[in-house]
Amino acid sequence: MRAFQAAILSTAFLSRRAQAAPLQYLTGAGAKAAPVVFLTWGVLIISIAVIAIIGLLLAGAIWRRPGETWTPGARTALKGHESGLNWLWIGVSISTLVLLFSIVWTVKVLAGIQAPSQKPAVTLEITARQWWWQVRYLSDDDARQFVTANEIHIPVGAPVRLKLVGGDVIHSFWVPQLAGKMDAIPGQTNETWIEASAPGTYRGQCTEYCGVQHSHMGFLVVAQPAGDFQRWWDHQLASPAMPAGHAQLGQADFQMHCGNCHTVRGTEAAGALGPDLSHLMQRATIAAGEMPNNGPVLAHWVADPQSIKPGSMMPAPSLSETELADIHAYLKTLD
Amino acid sequence: MASISDYERSPSVGQPNTELAEKLKTLWETEPGLTGWLGTVDHKEIGLRYIVTAFAFLVIGGIEALIFRLQLAWSNVKLLTPEQYDQLFTMHGMTMIFLYASPILSGFSNYLWPLLLGSRDMALPRLNALSYWIYLCAGLFLYSSFLVGFGPNVGWFNYVPLAARAYNNGPNIDVYSLGMILLGISTTVGAINFIVTFLRLRCPGMSVNRVPILIWGTLTASAANIFAIPSVSLAFFLLWMDRNLGTHFFDTMAGGSALLWQHLFWMFGHPWVYAIVLPAMGMVSDGLPVFCRRPLVGYTAVAAATVATMILGFGVWVHHMFATGLPNISLSFFSAASIIITVPSAVGVFAWLATIWTGRPVFTTPFLFFASFILLFTIGGVSGFMTGSVPVDWQLTDTYFVVAHLHYVLIGINVFPVAGAVYFWFPKFTGKLMDERLGRWNFWTMFIGFNLGFFPMHIAGLLGMPRRIYTYSDSMGWDWLNLITTAGSFLFGFGVLLLIYNVVKSKRHGPTAPHNPWDAPTLEWAVSSPPPPYNFAVIPVVASRHPLWEDRLDQSEDDRSHIETGLVLDHGKEALGTTTLDAEPNVILKMPRDTLVPLYLALSMTFVTAGLALVNWWVVAIGMALTACSILAWLWPEARLGETAVPATGKGPHG
Amino acid sequence: MAERVALEGKLPVGAINTRASGWWAMIFTVFTEASLFAYLLFSYYYLAVQPHLPGTFPQGGQPDLKLALPNTIILIASSVAVGWAQFGIEHGSKQRLALGLGIGTVLGLLFLVIQYFEWAEKPFTLASSPYSSLYFVITGFHMAHVVVGVAMLAALTWWSSRGYFNRVRYAHIHIGALYWHFVDVVWIAVFFTFYLTPLLGLRA
Repeated sequence: MRAFQAAILSTAFLSRRAQAAPLQYLTGAGAKAAPVVFLTWGVLIISIAVIAIIGLLLAGAIWRRPGETWTPGARTALKGHESGLNWLWIGVSISTLVLLFSIVWTVKVLAGIQAPSQKPAVTLEITARQWWWQVRYLSDDDARQFVTANEIHIPVGAPVRLKLVGGDVIHSFWVPQLAGKMDAIPGQTNETWIEASAPGTYRGQCTEYCGVQHSHMGFLVVAQPAGDFQRWWDHQLASPAMPAGHAQLGQADFQMHCGNCHTVRGTEAAGALGPDLSHLMQRATIAAGEMPNNGPVLAHWVADPQSIKPGSMMPAPSLSETELADIHAYLKTLD
Repeated sequence: MASISDYERSPSVGQPNTELAEKLKTLWETEPGLTGWLGTVDHKEIGLRYIVTAFAFLVIGGIEALIFRLQLAWSNVKLLTPEQYDQLFTMHGMTMIFLYASPILSGFSNYLWPLLLGSRDMALPRLNALSYWIYLCAGLFLYSSFLVGFGPNVGWFNYVPLAARAYNNGPNIDVYSLGMILLGISTTVGAINFIVTFLRLRCPGMSVNRVPILIWGTLTASAANIFAIPSVSLAFFLLWMDRNLGTHFFDTMAGGSALLWQHLFWMFGHPWVYAIVLPAMGMVSDGLPVFCRRPLVGYTAVAAATVATMILGFGVWVHHMFATGLPNISLSFFSAASIIITVPSAVGVFAWLATIWTGRPVFTTPFLFFASFILLFTIGGVSGFMTGSVPVDWQLTDTYFVVAHLHYVLIGINVFPVAGAVYFWFPKFTGKLMDERLGRWNFWTMFIGFNLGFFPMHIAGLLGMPRRIYTYSDSMGWDWLNLITTAGSFLFGFGVLLLIYNVVKSKRHGPTAPHNPWDAPTLEWAVSSPPPPYNFAVIPVVASRHPLWEDRLDQSEDDRSHIETGLVLDHGKEALGTTTLDAEPNVILKMPRDTLVPLYLALSMTFVTAGLALVNWWVVAIGMALTACSILAWLWPEARLGETAVPATGKGPHG
Repeated sequence: MAERVALEGKLPVGAINTRASGWWAMIFTVFTEASLFAYLLFSYYYLAVQPHLPGTFPQGGQPDLKLALPNTIILIASSVAVGWAQFGIEHGSKQRLALGLGIGTVLGLLFLVIQYFEWAEKPFTLASSPYSSLYFVITGFHMAHVVVGVAMLAALTWWSSRGYFNRVRYAHIHIGALYWHFVDVVWIAVFFTFYLTPLLGLRA
């Protein structure tokens, strides 16, 4: 059993599966995922076995005797009536035992993953909005709190507590490799936790239909060794450097046209309707995990977000080519 | 002073003859012209209307699905805008679940119940007509906004706050909400009719342990609907009020609760999914044994399992809400219940397997559908079992795994039995035989198409593909699975068209069917194909579950059913009422004539619904006045029906 | 053969009391309507146990009993009147039938009038809060059932005065009375929920 579990969780198998299908969960990578992966395989194997057995019995039942042909209206002999009730006794008893076993296993796993075995290293407050994720890193020290969006960094090997809030409609937070889903519902805060056992980037997705761009509401969870994670945190607290040249022109344009929705630390852009962009260039993706964060894609996104995410809350800006280029230059300084 | 002796009689015992048949035919046949067409109360005509209308919605819902399957066939397809996609998937779900799955079973049950029970008609024929007309009106109403581009668009489950005014300002959700309330009335009155018919109209000797399993299935579903439908009707009404009158039931900003919607919706929704499969399972339990040349194994266990499934079905609704942040104790309880509910299903599966194994299969088209259903039921059942385990569900929920599950249970346990039922009972309904060769093609295209279409969804789900997305990236690993699914769906759709084609072709050109082409045991096969308008010339008396097989099942000669000898009820349109448990005769019921009042009532109610949709209180008031008048006309005491002591129209119950 | 099939004695013809299909239909109508009120009251209790600011649930504090309690008694009295009417026709008295139904109708109307005044006096409107929404919608649903019931009682009174029913044939009365008693029982549940549970501690 242990060997089987280890095999499933082994990095090689894991990374190969994860690359082929980033949202699969037949392998997992953490203290919360592991027992569930095992249980998932368990019920899956039971299910396949049941289908196979019933299928064979059905085939046997149908083809064990040569079939009768049918003539309309003909009175044909009835088969003798053995009661056949043994089938019910045996079949239902075995089924019930398997089901009871599954219930016990389920309840055990559920109890086991309810809370992490250690105290959480970090607590995040995640507000799910149409169609992006606002992530606030909490700390006892107010000065060490910060807000970011769509890309969540966590330390490897330590549990992370999540407080999920629905910012507008119901969304659901799901990073399959690390944990099951938890809804973000307006009017209540749902608490859950995740933990990554290996460093890497884990893909997440919203999994509660939340409107026209539900399909494009992904996110990333990046698990880093403790030292790297601390450095990342410290960097998030810093304000980006002052821009110069075109980028400085871009900053002025940005403040005027984008600052009502977006925040950049240390500047006058303080909008909270869209993602915090203070360290945009540190992120691997944009548009909530949907597009790679590179020059051409970013420029296209800013110039015409509706062509990538039709219906998203980000309007097409009425800006000239120069202004767009300047803003682009500015965004590239947000490291 | 009139007394009971004026209104009682001892009906004679007789045998069918030409004179009696002619007299009954004149009494019972549908009136000619529009009165008959719009005002018929004949359960057979109403049943056929239900079936045809439901199939029309099946095709419409299927087309909606095929369109968005094209959108999903590969990554990043740009065939549909997200708004179009959202309306299509919502309409697909709504159409299939509400406008096809239940009405099709109501249709078959409506046609068959009186024949199976040895009765002349359902207990409440006018109510029967009403339930159909409201269904038709509600279906058209529900489609009205979609046809102008404002269809419901946030899923059939319609979660708030997305369905609230703040996020959805058009008429889309108002039409959905009000249409569903109207439709709920149709289902409710239909359910009442089935229950009363079961309790009161079984023929003498048809004790509760002798009724076909279809009766148990529809009865259980009807009882469940009585208790479950008000929940969803209420949910939609409260939503309509939030959206239009400023109430705050679901308004989380004002202290309302988004989860209240989910509870109300799923307290209905879960029992509902059993209500739309249990009658179909009953059809298999009655039809499959015919093609195994033996009675069903474990009748009592299967009947009990039907009831048990439905009762347990009321205790699992939270499994649709496992990810909403509920306390562990609640999750554990509902998880256990959701897994245990598999047990009565296992009873059915083993009963059907045992029936085939110990029987002698006859390879007809109905047999193919009924036998393959067992496999599809099992696949759908185990995927349900998997989602019943909470930690596993936290991965599976809201992925295509659930889409696979729900289609295996709905198509596998509703559509396949219905297809089998069409082939099985078509000869009885029409007097013609369906084309068996075409039937085989039909079966295999449906079977292969369905599995090709929906099996890959299990895998897509395990690979993380979420539900309700209109497109996906090529880096997810889902492309090929979706392409196969789309191809399979089209093949399945073609199969459904083949079924319809076979029906139409056979109705026109099929060979004549005898009374009992399949040599089946139940009462409907004792009468002509199609049955006469009065069903039975004399009221049968049954002595077993298999009246037409008694001689071959070695039933003692003194203790046989009597179909050719029975009570003669011919003093007008009359049916026999019997006691609840043992089915002893205890009243002669006077049955209503064809009447347009049910249609008027349905139209009045639709008028009220439209008024609410327009928030026009004058229209609502007029509609309510019309409704009140229709109800009054309906319930006005009639001496002819034996409802008054003083003849209001001069004709007593004898005339 | 014919002996098994034939009956001893006569069968009644047409709707007689609990042999009337309509009576059974009303029983199940009562079940479904009772379920509706169960879900309405579930909504109340579900929202009641959510967190609320003090004094907001019930809004305005404990609801006043000065109209609701007498009104409850009036409704119960109307049920008694209808029951008395039914008892009357069971013993052949058409006069008691019409009189009892008439009294029941009037008392039902009185209930509606007093309820209307109670509504007008409330310090909140439909859209004030979740509590107010619940109050008006739940009592409103009940009122709608009373309106239907009063219309029905009026029709029954009219038909009774025309002599339509007798000792044997009064299925309509039987069915109507069943509905009216049900409406009364529902009121008890609604009254308990809104007016008594805050006194028992279910309040914010």
